[in-house]
Amino acid sequence: MWRDALLVAGKDLRIEARSKVAIGQVAPFAVMALFLFAFALGPDRGPMSEGAPGLFWVAVLFTTVLAIQRSVSVESADEARDGLRVSGLDPAGVFLGKTVSIAAQLLVLEAILVGGIVVLYGARVHSIGLVLGACALGTVGLAASGTLYGALSAGIRVRETLLPFLFLPLVAPILLSGTKVFQAAMAGGTPSQAAPWLRLLLAFDVIYVALGVIIYGPIQESS
Amino acid sequence: MASAVLSPALSLRNVVALSGRFPLLAGIDLEVSVGETLLVEGPNGAGKTSLLRVCAGLVPVSSGEVRVLGVDPTRPRTRTGLRRKVGLLAHASHLYDDLNVRENIRFAVRAAGADVGRIDGACARLGLTGRLLRTPASKLSAGQRRRVALAVLVARAPELWLLDEPHAGLDASARTLLAELIAEASAGGATVVIASHEPELMAGLAGRSVTVTGGRVTAERRLGVPDPVASAAVAADAGDVGGAGDPDDLAVRFGTPVALVSADESVTHVA
Repeated sequence: MWRDALLVAGKDLRIEARSKVAIGQVAPFAVMALFLFAFALGPDRGPMSEGAPGLFWVAVLFTTVLAIQRSVSVESADEARDGLRVSGLDPAGVFLGKTVSIAAQLLVLEAILVGGIVVLYGARVHSIGLVLGACALGTVGLAASGTLYGALSAGIRVRETLLPFLFLPLVAPILLSGTKVFQAAMAGGTPSQAAPWLRLLLAFDVIYVALGVIIYGPIQESS
Repeated sequence: MASAVLSPALSLRNVVALSGRFPLLAGIDLEVSVGETLLVEGPNGAGKTSLLRVCAGLVPVSSGEVRVLGVDPTRPRTRTGLRRKVGLLAHASHLYDDLNVRENIRFAVRAAGADVGRIDGACARLGLTGRLLRTPASKLSAGQRRRVALAVLVARAPELWLLDEPHAGLDASARTLLAELIAEASAGGATVVIASHEPELMAGLAGRSVTVTGGRVTAERRLGVPDPVASAAVAADAGDVGGAGDPDDLAVRFGTPVALVSADESVTHVA
């Protein structure tokens, strides 16, 4: 399983390195979203700084949808998904590999977005550890659930519109928890204050990684 | 031990496969011996591709029994291991446009758990050398993509080759090469099933041919020497409507309305 996961992750990351979709298109989209939020909130930095944690995670969710759609479309061209199925790869390994690949891309995008909220919104990060913890746990949950829902929507003709509709409500706990942890990190809170929300993120991760390992195969076969 | 040696590479008994309400295979019976090369003929929409996809485990079976290399391809527990022994050359080449030729082949070979040391030889055999190896798949012609897909098969050296219209997109020299590759695979003990509209290209390669019509085997012959007795027996068993059997019987068996595709490809819905 782990060998297959590394193989798939390496393949997807190599494709991303060649196509540069995440850096060339998704990252600019994410930064543009931060700009648009700033325009909507007006020139006063007070509301922007206050809303930065939530706006950050909303931008992350939007970019996650794009990253998932890209991951799905890579397997749709030339019926590569069938190629994956007949290759003899362990479906759990395919799931983990795709999750790792999406997570790696999201971490890069989140680093850009953290820089964005600091520069554009004047947000101040008092606890780097909490920010890193929220990003790490949130990213795993987003990538795992996104990979699962991407596979679910893969065989559907209207997946481009259906995926956000299915996915965004599902990841509301990540939006909520991530925002709370970021608020604590920017208000100089202690890790114990953010602990319940970090635990929620961890629980989300465990559930979706376990679920993906178990049911990705049947989903892959039926899509 | 003796039963393992004697078990066929492929065994389908009364296999029905549906796509929604449409029968892709309507009770097909087929057996292919280990090491045999079989040609599958039939008109468009007859079920040739579906037959290969069922054998590859890509299409679920609604009823009937399938054994591929002695294993049920629909069982999740055994499917992954089986697929590493089965090579499918489909209509699509299953290539990633952003990876180059060598990367595509390497990924497919490693995914199947095959020996990557065979990649160079396979590429050389298929004429994939020099700059072509570093060319992204997106820049390849249809024929070149086909060659890459064939190189994957050669490097993987599966026990069962499922070739769907393998000549499509290939030039004359590549077709000759394909014939050599099939002959070599067969000589090496592999079982080869070829779905093709061009049976004349398979002369001397396949020892037996079956005709699929309406999702069932409607004729069978030894290549070059048609076997009228076998053909007549299979055709009589197939029924009247395009070989797909009695529509009412099918509807009862599937528990759902079915549609039959006749020889002229018109579709009749049956409640």
